[in-house]
Parts: sequence; C-alpha cells; structure tokens
Amino acid sequence: MLDLPITSGTGGDTPLSAHRGIMADLLRRIAERADPAAFRELYEAYGPRVKAYMMRQGADAGTAEDLARNLRIDRLRREVPWQELPEGRLTEASSEPLPDDAMAEKERQERVQAALAELPLEQKDVVTLAYLEGLSHSEIAERLGLPLGTVKSRMRIAYQKIRQGLESLE
Amino acid sequence: MTMNRHLDDSTLMSFAAGALPEALAVVAAAHVAVCPRCRDELATMEMLGGALLGSLPGAAMRSPAPAAPEIERHSSSRPAAAPPPINQGAAVGEVPAPLARLIGNDLDGLHWRWVAPGSWLRHVPITSGRLHLFKCSSDVALPEHGHEGSEITMVLRGTISDGTGLYRVGEVCDIDENVEHAPVAGTDGCICVVAQDRPARFRSLIVRLTRPWHGM
Repeated sequence: MLDLPITSGTGGDTPLSAHRGIMADLLRRIAERADPAAFRELYEAYGPRVKAYMMRQGADAGTAEDLARNLRIDRLRREVPWQELPEGRLTEASSEPLPDDAMAEKERQERVQAALAELPLEQKDVVTLAYLEGLSHSEIAERLGLPLGTVKSRMRIAYQKIRQGLESLE
Repeated sequence: MTMNRHLDDSTLMSFAAGALPEALAVVAAAHVAVCPRCRDELATMEMLGGALLGSLPGAAMRSPAPAAPEIERHSSSRPAAAPPPINQGAAVGEVPAPLARLIGNDLDGLHWRWVAPGSWLRHVPITSGRLHLFKCSSDVALPEHGHEGSEITMVLRGTISDGTGLYRVGEVCDIDENVEHAPVAGTDGCICVVAQDRPARFRSLIVRLTRPWHGM
C-alpha cells in the first residue's frame, strides 16, 4: 500500500515551483536545439519526481528509474489509452508566452501550489489518489471506504478552493 | 449532483488526471471538444496535476542523465509527427472527433437495434465502462434507470429534457449515483451518447429481462 498524503517539496528537495520560469526556458532550449546541458538540468529536477511517481504506481525502483529516464509517463496512464486534445490546443500549448503572460502563468502556478498546501487532508487525499495513482472515483471510494458521492464532493470542494485562489488574479 | 449542462468539476478533474474510466472519458473528451468553458477548467486542472507532480519528494536517481543524442532523435522527429485527425466530412460538428474515432461521422449510417417503439440502441465496444448510443423519436423516453456509479449523457442530435431542463446538442447531463433519470426526446427526436462506469439499474422489468439481448 502506498503512503498518503504526499508531502510538499520540502526537506532537502528544491520546490519546483521556484523554478517554473527556468523550466520553461529549459524546455525551449531542448526543443529548439536539443541542448544537452538543458536536458541534464531538467532530468536532474524532474527525474527523481517521475521516479517517485512511478514507484507510487507500483513499479520497483529499477523499473521506475528506467521509466523516468524514458520520460514516457503518459503511455502508462491506466484505464484511458488516449485522451484527445481538442482542436487548436496543441498549437496554443506550444506557442511561446509573452513575458507578461509568462509572469501571469508563474503567478497562477504559485497560487495553485499555495491552495494545494492549504487543502484539508481529506480533500487532498482524493485529489492525490486521482492524479498520482490514477484511481477513478469508484476506486477512490473503495480505497477510502467512502460513498462515491462523498469522493466527488470532496474533489469539487478542493477544486473550488483552488479556483478561488486563482480568481483573485483575474 | 450538477444539472448545469457542463461536466461536473469532479469528472473534469478525473479526466485531467487520466483516471476517468474509458467510457466516461470518451464522452468527456467529446464535450470538451465543443465546450470552451470546460476546456478552460481542464487547463487549470492539468496545471494542478503538474503542481502535484512537482510537489512529490523525489527518489534519488542512480544513473546520470541519458546522453544528448537520444534527445536529439526525439526532438528531430517531433515536427514530422502528424496532428491527430480532426473530424472532417459531411457530418462535421455532429460527432465530435473523440467519439468519431469509435463510431465514425455518420449517425444515420450506423446499425441501430430496435428496443421499443420509437427507441433504438447502438452498443459501442469499449475496454472500461459502458458506452451506448440511443436514438429516440419525439417525446419518447429513454429507459428509466438509476445508477450504482457515474453516468454522463451527451446530446448529439435534437434535444432531451429530464425534468431539470432542456439539453441541446453538445450539452451533457453528468449525474451521480442513486439519481433516477428519465430523459425524454424533444419534438425532433434525439440521438444521445450515454457513458456509465457500471451497469445501470433499469426500473422496468421488461428492460431488465431483455438486457442481455440488448447488450446493456
């Protein structure tokens, strides 16, 4: 059984939220010119998290590391073999944000991090089980011994709080 | 329970997390493809997923980063990757692309199975959950049922109403367990796609007895 809840990126780990802007820059350098230094930096920041994520999904340490090295998380999502992006979203996602947009995006991400940290344990648990263990609502209900409706309402409330955190920016 | 014609936030979150059973995910993707509001919410929820991954304490890596040539190969192959096929042809707009991958674009050309006067069914094979298309003549009710799990109904043609209001093309009814649900086709009839993560509990004895035959 995997441990819950996850803890925030403290205790020796550098919180990634502090480096979002840098991350975007690294991704650009990798995409544009396959910059080995940029890749190494990104790998060192995300590899351990992806490995930890894979171990939460039940992979042993060696397999988790192989998977993290290949960085193919999306292929391993359970239940849903594909989730098509609506028309136009790929283009939007790949366009380089303007400096102002990048700042706003960074702030949005920080608000999301802050709202997540504030969530009561019972709400954070259902969100974590969905995102990090890929459990459906019914599977979460079974795991936690809760009615399905309770799982859904906890997720709704959790999202409303995150949404409220973002609304003050808009 | 929500009756707001959009996907419930908990459904969207599960979709963003990649945790929605396939049948529900197909209908969620079909709705998101035509709904800017749900698309915006989904973007925020995907950011939340990134934030959660970023907050995971890392597990120490034993190997150094893979060599750069591997990256070069990946990145150089990227521009050649074709975008996913977008819904095209005579029925553009009627069947959103995520659903068209499973049933095609021609709703009239499908093989429909008669289930009751003015009511036809088409079972869509799927690996997780249950997915059906219903076609009903005007004012005909879809079979009344409750749920042990989740259900999402999306209108593909015409309208339906279920006592809480009218649902038009592209709108969804995303409801919780234990909700008795009896949508009725509007004056022009309807075609709907219905996804469930578990079999529905039909109230009619006839429907329950003939369920294996219908494939429900």
